Amino acid sequence: MSAVKVGASPWRVGGDARVTGHQEYVADIHLPGELHAKLVTLPVARARILRVDTSAAAQVPGVRVVVTAADLPQPVPRYGPQFKDRPVLAVGETKYHGEPVAAVAADSKAAAEAAAGLVRVEYEELPAIVTITSALDSAAPLVQDPALRPGDPLAATNVMRVHRVGWGDVDAEPADVVIENSYSFPMVTHFAIEPHAFMAAPDGDGIAVWTTIQHPYWLQRILSGILGLPLSRVRVIAPDPGGGFGGKQQIKYEPVVAFMALQAGRPVRLVLTLEETFQAVRRTAAEVRVRTGVRSDGTLAFQDIKADYLMGAYVDIADRVVNKGSYVGAGPYRMPAARIVARGILSHTVPATAFRGFGNPQINWAVESNLDEAARALGIDRLEFRLRNLARKGEAFIPWDTPADGDWQQTVRRAGELIGWGTPLPVGHGRGIAIGIKSGPTTGLSYSTVRLLADGSVIVYAGTSDMGQGARTVFAQIAAQELGAPMDWVTVVMGDTAIVPYDAQTSASRSTVLMGNAVLKACKSIQSQIRTMAARLHRLDEAAITVERGVVRLPDRELTILEVLKPGLGSLGGELTGNGESRKDAEPDHPLQGAPAFFEFNCTAIEARVDEGTGDVVIVRHVTVSDVGKAINPLQVRMQDEGAAIMGLGHTLMEHYIFDEAGRVRNLGAIDYRIPTSMDLPLELHSEVVENADGPGPYGAKGMSEGALLCVAAAVAAAVREATGVVIRDLPLTPERVWRAVQERDRDPAHGRDER
Amino acid sequence: MVDTLPIEMTVNGRRRALEVAVNSTLLDVLRDDLELTGTKECCDVGECGACTVLVNGLAVDSCLMLAVEADGAEVSTVEGLAQDGKLNPLQQAFLDKGAVQCGFCTPGQLMAAQALLAANPHPTLDEVQEGLSGNLCRCACYVQITEAVLAVAEGTPQ
Repeated sequence: MSAVKVGASPWRVGGDARVTGHQEYVADIHLPGELHAKLVTLPVARARILRVDTSAAAQVPGVRVVVTAADLPQPVPRYGPQFKDRPVLAVGETKYHGEPVAAVAADSKAAAEAAAGLVRVEYEELPAIVTITSALDSAAPLVQDPALRPGDPLAATNVMRVHRVGWGDVDAEPADVVIENSYSFPMVTHFAIEPHAFMAAPDGDGIAVWTTIQHPYWLQRILSGILGLPLSRVRVIAPDPGGGFGGKQQIKYEPVVAFMALQAGRPVRLVLTLEETFQAVRRTAAEVRVRTGVRSDGTLAFQDIKADYLMGAYVDIADRVVNKGSYVGAGPYRMPAARIVARGILSHTVPATAFRGFGNPQINWAVESNLDEAARALGIDRLEFRLRNLARKGEAFIPWDTPADGDWQQTVRRAGELIGWGTPLPVGHGRGIAIGIKSGPTTGLSYSTVRLLADGSVIVYAGTSDMGQGARTVFAQIAAQELGAPMDWVTVVMGDTAIVPYDAQTSASRSTVLMGNAVLKACKSIQSQIRTMAARLHRLDEAAITVERGVVRLPDRELTILEVLKPGLGSLGGELTGNGESRKDAEPDHPLQGAPAFFEFNCTAIEARVDEGTGDVVIVRHVTVSDVGKAINPLQVRMQDEGAAIMGLGHTLMEHYIFDEAGRVRNLGAIDYRIPTSMDLPLELHSEVVENADGPGPYGAKGMSEGALLCVAAAVAAAVREATGVVIRDLPLTPERVWRAVQERDRDPAHGRDER
Repeated sequence: MVDTLPIEMTVNGRRRALEVAVNSTLLDVLRDDLELTGTKECCDVGECGACTVLVNGLAVDSCLMLAVEADGAEVSTVEGLAQDGKLNPLQQAFLDKGAVQCGFCTPGQLMAAQALLAANPHPTLDEVQEGLSGNLCRCACYVQITEAVLAVAEGTPQ
């Protein structure tokens, strides 16, 4: 009988190719006759384009195509996953530092780069908006042309949308103590080690596009609209991305590359530099004002939250980030009243997009930090305060929505135990604990086809992008388990819209649940065909036969699936095919257009010490506990959780974009923008999972991958506060910022250090 | 002024004679001329380590080295690690310990680890972390990478 595949950590599918250098990422693929493209950008954020002269560029030997907005269909097509606001190339005005004005394609990279440098753009620099405050100034220039927002009452402002959610009556809810503070979260970038890359080539009467994208089918739909081609003539090939983190979800420069390829009649490739990726994707920054009302018995009365998210010059998916990120802003607590007003604000900066956590880390940082302040004001232990208010399983903590779908107390208690909460600390050390929650997918559609071949080997088709989370391995485990095949007899095919059936997206930690269920259903369909076959072969009633996890049970014996399949298929061979669909329809009346399929729930606890002479924060112990329902692959779960935890330390301790007054990014690239290295790790990192098999995915799995990042900042800042007595409400907690806060404390003799 | 120069180098044990542009980096030549695309390009300024290869046994950011500087050198890339289709101990340990997620930084991590262990077959945890600090992993499986390197060291006779 087959070994247990689910709940174990078998060999990673695609692992061998990754350690031998044979894994093909987009930039590793070359097409015959390909041209190399380079984008032309301006050294300012916002400028009026007066004249573009491409004549010198066109004369560079080897240059085949030079395009400006004037060379594109008119009016220049605009696109975006939410709003059609981004032009294929800048029209009339650039709106952020790095926005392409023109593009060149040539026989060689060198020729393309030389020609791009010779495109002469005459421009007039205009004042740029890079902060929330300046965007909201009544005299501020409008980032978006109001003509792009017909009928929108906010069109004459830089506010894109306002999302309101709430219940109860915050103003009437009695509270004994009200704590009010403001918190800021920096602008940070994904910094996938694989920079974005795009290729397009004429393909018969259509086009083929190779891209580092997470959502190939969404891209296909948008490209089909821009190019006026049926979906069947837009083939998107999406090799496994080298890290995505949300930054590769959406369409970027595929349209301009496609137009160049169609014009040249040849393949065109555009591989971004790391600097260009910094100018292509980032997380929304945020400023959050929180008023937390509490009662003297330690229960919460209300949360009153105003969250301003700074998006870029084009919306991308950031409005959805604001909406969904703020929605569970009040946290997983029993909350008599809540009022959350979240605004998405446009600016002359890099278009913000999805980024692991999807708007939740920003608001979580503020709200969880403010809960600490409330606990201190009440004189209640911070862990006890959270446990007292935490929703119990089955409780609707947002009155109309999916109730608490896990034993969250278990997760929080476990994190407390693992950090040694309440035990004595060395001098200069502090502890913090925080809870993260995120809505899982609210809508979704995933199809899978599974083929059981005549020898018992299996091919799984799944449109998920395996960008490092290990989706291929998880789907192979499910198929191996259900169809009784060895893991290395399962092939998982992804990343080609001409071959693999539709999948809406790879985001919101959905794939194990939604695509996993589709794969499982496809396998179940094959199991049912095996049952029919077994009934025929053994002259039994189907009702007398069960097929489960690779085993066919007849009344008098057990057979493997292969023992039924071979005689069942007969001398012609052939195969069995199963299809599975996993659908979560939209609910139009829901504030998120759908209740979450599950919640990602995490508790992070930190012990830190601070070098007061330098302001350096050392994470002594980092505990992260996630409720994952069921870890289908425990090793991969650990890798995702620990990776997310360390990524969370990035925006907590070191990462942030720096702009100059002209709106230029001053720290483009790896030298000036630091992310965690092997020298920035917690001295101890401990991850654990809670598994109660209570999720909606296969075998009770829930989505996971973002959870361990959500509340890192609040837990670290709380530990820094306990270690030093200083409260810092702006991220990142750089040595300079911590050191200054400590200096301030020492200058102010009245500064309370009683909480130490 | 010359635009190209002939060079000869040994890449993964094979002699290669090439005419290279004088401003081509070793990374460009490996990826574009020799089609050894296992070595990855990311930051191009010697900070991320994705392009790490061994030149005469030393770990080098191949984006910072001109190809002409590698004339006469022994160059090893990730493609040369496995022998006769069998993964080497580091490759095996990376997979066993879960040190590979998206895999884009993996070739550079492996080559840096290879150089580290060659110079110091029994490193401490601190020495591994410092030795690999020039190799960024945004999936952040640093703990697993460190475990893999230490496991290989443990299996190496003293």
